[in-house]
Amino acid sequence: MPFKSTVGDYQTVATLETFGFLPPMTQDEIYDQIAYIIAQGWSPLVEHVHPSRSMATYWSYWKLPFFGEKDLGVIVSELEACHRAYPDHHVRLVGYDAYTQSQGSCFVVFEGR
Amino acid sequence: MSKKYDAGVKEYRDTYWTPDYVPLDTDLLACFKCTGQEGVPKEEVAAAVAAESSTGTWSTVWSELLTDLDFYKGRCYRIEDVPGDKESFYAFIAYPLDLFEEGSITNVLTSLVGNVFGFKALRHLRLEDIRFPMAFIKTCMGPPNGIVVERDRMNKYGRPLLGCTIKPKLGLSGKNYGRVVYECLRGGLDFTKDDENINSQPFQRWQNRFEFVAEAVKLSEQETGEKKGHYLNCTAATPEEMYERAEFAKELGQPIIMHDYITGGFTANTGLAKWCRKNGMLLHIHRAMHAVIDRHPKHGIHFRVLAKCLRLSGGDQLHTGTVVGKLEGDRQSTLGYIDQLRESFVPEDRSRGNFFDQDWGSMGGVFAVASGGIHVWHMPALVSIFGDDSVLQFGGGTHGHPWGSAAGAAANRVALEACVKARNAGREIEREGRDILLEAAKHSPELAIALETWKEIKFEFDTVDKLDVQ
Repeated sequence: MPFKSTVGDYQTVATLETFGFLPPMTQDEIYDQIAYIIAQGWSPLVEHVHPSRSMATYWSYWKLPFFGEKDLGVIVSELEACHRAYPDHHVRLVGYDAYTQSQGSCFVVFEGR
Repeated sequence: MSKKYDAGVKEYRDTYWTPDYVPLDTDLLACFKCTGQEGVPKEEVAAAVAAESSTGTWSTVWSELLTDLDFYKGRCYRIEDVPGDKESFYAFIAYPLDLFEEGSITNVLTSLVGNVFGFKALRHLRLEDIRFPMAFIKTCMGPPNGIVVERDRMNKYGRPLLGCTIKPKLGLSGKNYGRVVYECLRGGLDFTKDDENINSQPFQRWQNRFEFVAEAVKLSEQETGEKKGHYLNCTAATPEEMYERAEFAKELGQPIIMHDYITGGFTANTGLAKWCRKNGMLLHIHRAMHAVIDRHPKHGIHFRVLAKCLRLSGGDQLHTGTVVGKLEGDRQSTLGYIDQLRESFVPEDRSRGNFFDQDWGSMGGVFAVASGGIHVWHMPALVSIFGDDSVLQFGGGTHGHPWGSAAGAAANRVALEACVKARNAGREIEREGRDILLEAAKHSPELAIALETWKEIKFEFDTVDKLDVQ
């Protein structure tokens, strides 16, 4: 009789914090998250880093935080521009909350190699 | 005008019932739910509570006249009916600031919930709420780090944190215990936790546990690329031993330690919190024994008072119940006291059990920890009730996964992130919870199996301690 186990083997995965356990988001899903950041009154911010440094506290800013930006399209094009400029880097989107000086949202949009 | 000494017994209400008194901003205000013995007038009961919890004693004494007791006495300034309850009433009492030592929660509680709770003229007495004046709050250090700093240290943003208690809670050797920690953390949890019963027992001495756990934390960080921590319980028989354990946790490079603040006591807690501030360590707070004190609706201390006291004494995370799990907890009441942990100002709101406006000033916030009998199906409700500034802890809901703790951890992490993503996208996650989880399970066999395993488990008992609202 062939051996059949119902127990699976869980393999450790390297992830990049929030949303790291979900499949990559579609364009529309990313739009939803940017809309949420803007609706909360947070400033969108794009950061990038080489994968070898992904655990560092400071990733490089892409330009400056987009203070007061309300246009979804602008943020999407900045994310894409950052990805084009640093194709091998991780690129993440932050919803920066100046009131708490914290990040209300933060997730990786493009994974570098 | 000087007074004459008039020996004998006076009615409390002659001195301590002052309905015309307007409380000062610097007064510490308290609301007690009082149930007097039959035949004793409300004013007398309320005045007795004010007296016995401040300057009064049963007889007039000559030495009172050596000071100006009117300056120091607590005063009952208002009495209110309890909705739906004919035998009890609320007494509002104002205490002058000078009755309390600066920065000492121990001193406040010794007065407010001291001898007065055994007073014979009362059948029951419950401390419902305290309004701490800003002048007192500024003498307390509060959370060693606070929510913002904890997020920065742990690199966790935009979602609740995810944890679990190591099980079985007693009986594992240090090495086996570290294995379970490693499995949970590599599977996707942010934190694991010592069970509160774990101190330094014969089967697992503290130093041995700390070393194996530290290795598990370090390995899981290297392999997952994420920040991890384990609440190393430093609760011990003496403060000296607590500091010794805390120092060793720091030496091992660990980010967080743990204390049981009610069994350990407020003095021990405040001391350890100050140590944490000085040494850059996060402090997780367990609340064993709280239900002994806070569960009876007419006697004891409401948990919102214990939660406020903890924020002042110091802690970065505090257990608050889950509302939906196996342990007691009314939803509105829980929302009321998690506000007290996290917000900088909480307005009076009787529908949430908050009897006073409470200004916390610049004091840091405390993460609300939801732990006890919760599993993946509860995730949408938990995210909705507790919001991002919380730690959701699944013990049985992690280790009980058919593939083991790592898969259980991954299942919870997928479920959590799916709920947060859906919430951000504007979906009503409590109503659409089932769909959200089933969609997420399509990409995660671990979650699919978890959903199947716990599909029938519910804990639907009525709450014993309900809010007094009609």
